[in-house]
Amino acid sequence: MVTKIESRITPLTIISFLMVALWLVIAMFPFIWTLWGSFKVQADFFSRANWTNAIYGVHTIKQTGNFFTSGGYYGAWVEEQFWHSVINTSIVVFFTVVISLTFGTLGGYALARSTYRYAFWILMVGLVFRAMPHITLVSGYLQPFFEWNIWGILPTTIIVLVAINQPFTLWMLHSFFLNIPKDLDESAMCDGCNRFQAFRHVIIPIMWPGVITTALFSFLLAYNDFAVTSMLLSGENETMIPAIASFLGTVQVEGKVMYAVAAVVSATAPLFVLVMFFQRQLISGLTTGAVKG
Amino acid sequence: MKHSTFFWFILPSLTAMILFIALPIVSVFIQSLHIEHEQVLIVSESCDPFGCEETTSVDTEASSKLRAEKPLGRFNGLKTYTNRMILAFDEVGEAWRTTDSFREFWDRVFNLPFYKSLTFTITYTFVVTPFVLILGFFVALGVNNLPKILKGPTIFSSLLPMIVTPLVGSLILFWMVDGDGVIGATLQNIFNDNSLSLKASPLLTWIMLMVYGVWHLSPFSFIVFYAGLQTVPQETLEAAMIDGATKLQRMRHVVIPHLMPLVIFISLILLMDNFRVFEPILGFSAEAHATSLSWLIFSHLRESAFPLYNVAGATSMITILGVTILLTPVLIRTWRDFNRKGH
Repeated sequence: MVTKIESRITPLTIISFLMVALWLVIAMFPFIWTLWGSFKVQADFFSRANWTNAIYGVHTIKQTGNFFTSGGYYGAWVEEQFWHSVINTSIVVFFTVVISLTFGTLGGYALARSTYRYAFWILMVGLVFRAMPHITLVSGYLQPFFEWNIWGILPTTIIVLVAINQPFTLWMLHSFFLNIPKDLDESAMCDGCNRFQAFRHVIIPIMWPGVITTALFSFLLAYNDFAVTSMLLSGENETMIPAIASFLGTVQVEGKVMYAVAAVVSATAPLFVLVMFFQRQLISGLTTGAVKG
Repeated sequence: MKHSTFFWFILPSLTAMILFIALPIVSVFIQSLHIEHEQVLIVSESCDPFGCEETTSVDTEASSKLRAEKPLGRFNGLKTYTNRMILAFDEVGEAWRTTDSFREFWDRVFNLPFYKSLTFTITYTFVVTPFVLILGFFVALGVNNLPKILKGPTIFSSLLPMIVTPLVGSLILFWMVDGDGVIGATLQNIFNDNSLSLKASPLLTWIMLMVYGVWHLSPFSFIVFYAGLQTVPQETLEAAMIDGATKLQRMRHVVIPHLMPLVIFISLILLMDNFRVFEPILGFSAEAHATSLSWLIFSHLRESAFPLYNVAGATSMITILGVTILLTPVLIRTWRDFNRKGH
């Protein structure tokens, strides 16, 4: 009813329209610009003389004969072996998500169903752990990991990311399980199930929406991580984000910055797809615990 | 839930957190109390017809043996915390004695690496957070007024800056505002000043990093506020309208009070995220003018030929302390809520 009254066009509506439009430009333009520019040569994308060069591709046509060039992508993926980092990232991300969800569902369920004081304390400590900058922990890992000779390999990084991810996963799944009525699993227990059976047969079949939402955020944490992966992985096990960072150091020479641009676009593409397909789950995850109070 | 069942359910998660979060904090603390061994020196005397000469050389064998026996180094107490790399008591004291005005004193202190990072981190946190809240709120209001068909695509595009990897996001912006990039080069042409560049001016670097921060986190506050706007009680709004409240008054007395709990939630998350600001500094290559605490730890571990574990450890401890102080109000509040619920 209110919306009907407010749908008249007033100066206020126009201002709010313009503001949203402006925000959209700010949010989207950098991505569109970089995607477009990644198919140009450096002289066009980084043109001091005239920014329109990047649009018309003057130098790209001069140097390669085509309007678009995939030189940056070829350089990054083939010459600099970016595909290697992509495989490493896939391994790290996959196992991090699977393991942290397995641990997280069990723990989150227990925290949601326990009424004792220690459950609350675990959540509070989790909040403090969640707030700590990851790099502070990394400085504690290095010496022991060198000592035990487990530095630089993927499994170490995976388990570290799982642990760093736990506080967040626990909080999110805890508030999700609170929304599943207690009566469900308790009635199963009356029928003779024990806790594990109740969890297995009653909770697991209905928990998937919450788990998928949490999985998305675990994915983002593992995929976007730089502090842990750059410090704990050796050169040949490097994942995408540290690889891009090391590109920057080596490819500042003429023509090679485009490798980094191409790698950056390649690393953004999966996230783009993710938002497209899972927008609803992402939003529900962001607002968990906020709107419900 | 029984204690034993609870224990088995939480065990994997708890083990991971204890092994890789709690123990590393202890390990960081112990590291910060130690310092690398001094080299073992041998003094040998060599005599020739012109007299005897004492030479000192490093006994590498004994040094490495000592290092293998006690990899932590020798105990150094809290001296690492007070040395030049961190709290720099001596330097601050000297600056206090030798400078006349507070400004001069501050300039001297600001040039010490730790204080520089601390200042930037705190400024960044407390500038970016309110801007993100305000921008997110207005965008949420705007999107809420859009026709239904436009809402989906708008939300999709709005999410991107937040989802993108921080390092990647800052690189994308950096390439645009750099001297050769589209915005940077255009600004240089407009002002006809080829020296106009982000890297040249500390102020511009700080502003750029904060603009990045607002760009990166606004979608989060937008989404939460937008979800909150959907739950504003329509009856109250209508009642206010019947009583003759203008749009602005309805906003001020109905909508904003309804969204207040969300402000606390968003600020909490933003404070935590902003305090760890790190990747943008690498992405914008801003080390020269802006460093954060996280960046400082990273550079102690990475940049120097020999990683300074003790300095990195001590900086980490201070950072963790800072985070805890930042969180204290929230923790106290949650503790009160928990008790009120009567568990």
